[in-house]
Amino acid sequence: MKLTGAQMVCEGLVKEGVGVIFGILGGALLPLYDTLPQYPQLRHILVRHEQGAAHAADGYARATGKVGVCFATSGPGATNLVTGIANAHLDSVPVLAITGQVARPFIGKDAFQEVDITGITLPITKHNYLVMDAAEIPKVVKEAIYLARTGRPGPVLIDLPRDVQIEQAEFHYPAKVDLPSYKPTLRGHPAQVKKAAKLINEAQAPVIIAGRGVIISGGYSELKELAETAQIPVITTLLGISCFPESHALSYGMLGMHGMAYANMAVDAADLIIAIGMRFDDRATAKVSAFAPHAHIIHIDIDPAEIGKNVRVDVPIVGDAAAVLKELNKLVNPAKHIDWVRQLDDWRKEHPLTIIRDTEQLLPQYVVRQIYEATKGEAIIVTGVGQHQMWAAQHYWYDRPNTFISSGGLGTMGFGLPASIGAKVGCPDETVWCIDGDGSFQMTIQELATIVQEKVAVKIAVLHNNYLGMVRQWQEMFYGKRYVATPLSSPDFVKIAQAYGFPALRVEHKKEVIPAIQKAMEEPGPFLIDFNIEPEENVYPMVPPGAALSEVLEGPKKQAKAAKDSAKLPVSNL
Amino acid sequence: MTKHTIVALVADKPGVLNHMASLFRRRGFNIESIAVGHSEVPHRSRMTIVVDGANTMVEQVRKQLDKVVDVVKVFDITGDAMIARELALIKVTATSTTRSEIIEIVDIFRANIVDVASDSVTIEVTGDENKINSLLKLLRGFGIKEIAKTGRIAMARGAARASPVEKKATKAKGKKTS
Ligand SMILES: Cc1ncc(C[n+]2csc(CCOP(=O)(O)OP(=O)(O)O)c2C)c(N)n1
Ligand SMILES: [Mg+2]
Repeated sequence: MKLTGAQMVCEGLVKEGVGVIFGILGGALLPLYDTLPQYPQLRHILVRHEQGAAHAADGYARATGKVGVCFATSGPGATNLVTGIANAHLDSVPVLAITGQVARPFIGKDAFQEVDITGITLPITKHNYLVMDAAEIPKVVKEAIYLARTGRPGPVLIDLPRDVQIEQAEFHYPAKVDLPSYKPTLRGHPAQVKKAAKLINEAQAPVIIAGRGVIISGGYSELKELAETAQIPVITTLLGISCFPESHALSYGMLGMHGMAYANMAVDAADLIIAIGMRFDDRATAKVSAFAPHAHIIHIDIDPAEIGKNVRVDVPIVGDAAAVLKELNKLVNPAKHIDWVRQLDDWRKEHPLTIIRDTEQLLPQYVVRQIYEATKGEAIIVTGVGQHQMWAAQHYWYDRPNTFISSGGLGTMGFGLPASIGAKVGCPDETVWCIDGDGSFQMTIQELATIVQEKVAVKIAVLHNNYLGMVRQWQEMFYGKRYVATPLSSPDFVKIAQAYGFPALRVEHKKEVIPAIQKAMEEPGPFLIDFNIEPEENVYPMVPPGAALSEVLEGPKKQAKAAKDSAKLPVSNL
Repeated sequence: MTKHTIVALVADKPGVLNHMASLFRRRGFNIESIAVGHSEVPHRSRMTIVVDGANTMVEQVRKQLDKVVDVVKVFDITGDAMIARELALIKVTATSTTRSEIIEIVDIFRANIVDVASDSVTIEVTGDENKINSLLKLLRGFGIKEIAKTGRIAMARGAARASPVEKKATKAKGKKTS
């Protein structure tokens, strides 16, 4: 059977179980879009900016575990995807981006809307393809989806010249992927697993640090079994949040720059770190030379290139987190670690994070907590990047697997709103709250039109502090309170929402918080709440840049200790 | 800093060389030489890359190279016994008085004269870097007009195997997980 290139793309997507595409068309992708009506199984969601398409595909992929797909035309459409692709790359999210390209005879001639998108995305994709022959499309689509979702997941891009979309070729869909050069190791090496079990069985003060790899592998029950069998405290990275129930007695929160003091103390004091599906990012380890100074380190990760990259590792195990944990659990002896667990509980009592100042001010932490109460901790929370992201991570308790979606590696402001669209489209029965900052929100605010046109019932809480707050906090602490370029004015978000066509409320006082959230939850469609929070509230705890995890600041009182002199500030980014 | 010789078996496709080079560039490595040609496997090229770098950094890049989907196998043979060769073409000023002296040197080095003009000769030499550098040193006095060199190509020593690379790489895979 002969099909056009465009039909073959659609056939492939349907065969691979793709149901949703986020995108914007243009000349170079018109043939593909023209074919979409022949495939009603493929729901297309028109976004307002291609960055939104990539983030929505990313949010969809994180929420569902399936590959998120986005389309963009050649040139500016393709370059607009770049931030979203980089975001998916750094957080290991399976995203398939399909871009239009100028017709083959025009490639390399600086034709209208031509960019070398495979060249541009080379370092931020797991793999990419420029398809020069329609007959290759079935194989390319099959491979691309396979590469995106297997091993360490990541974004894959297919660049399709316009004339290749029109070209006809015989359609043969391959039954299997044949990629001899790509064979991810799933099962851990038995000898390594044995060594790891020995370390675990001998440890007096072990700690698990679990990352997004646990979520990707679906290894929730395996992780729980390990923790419970040997009574090992579980700490997560930012992206590991919700891989282990936070109300569990063995859950000790998140580590890192804005992690819980007791989590950072535990890592500092531990004699064994069991790192699972995490990559020792500098935001998590703080000063790497002082990381877990007394501990042996077991590192379980599917990507061999992560082993030994940032910290010394005693027992590396390359493999899928769930598969390795399953094997490991067979060898781990029941244990109690009574003293160690008690020590952590004492630290938790002495250094509580969860107490929110009792004040009439409208505190962001309080808002997050009330969203938690109203949703009974059952919602999927999607965030922007900044202080609000940290408050959302700290003050909502994530008990259900995979309910926290946030941009970790790239720290992309503007991720929240489009990613929440993706999450809600992927999980229509879930309550999805986007907790955004006034700055982040305005980076992709145009996607409000998408939620209206596509009837996506996301609830939006803007923690509106009139600042690029996280940067202002650094200026306050390390740059002598010189608030250069951080004060931020915004339009009236309530009127904005209404202008886009859905209801919204402004909250200025603490007492309005609960009724407003209630109102948002009762509304069947989208709803926005503009929370006018305390403008200069800071995120604590904080490990100042360049300091060790043990040097955590728990509040403004101890701030004097922090490096006041910006010149002494180590190399670190916001 | 050590000079590393990295050998890779890669898919014979556009973009692969670019991808490999960019992984070095990103970390500020200067590639000293790179040589690519067909291998014994159809549609696969073998690449020899020479870089200067700290061992841990090079190992990190090697692992990153290994992740590139179009890279079949890659290993660092620096510590292994290996055969390494380069080819150089050297155009030297030669007058009737100096020509015989040049020919003598060329013979000692088992190099070849591949072109003769009224005022120059062109010499072809293969060997390891030391040999080529020694020859260049001796020829410098005559006046070198032009040099073209290939990068290093290299292979681990050992009995010929059906596919030495595959064998070597399985070993490397085992190492990775252990
Ligand atoms: C695209 C992008 N630009 C700049 C930054 C640097 N940055 C990090 S946090 C932040 C402020 C975020 O402001 P807002 O969204 O209002 O959140 P808040 O910190 O006030 O809660 C900025 C500018 C970034 N992370 N991403
Ligand atoms: Mg703000």
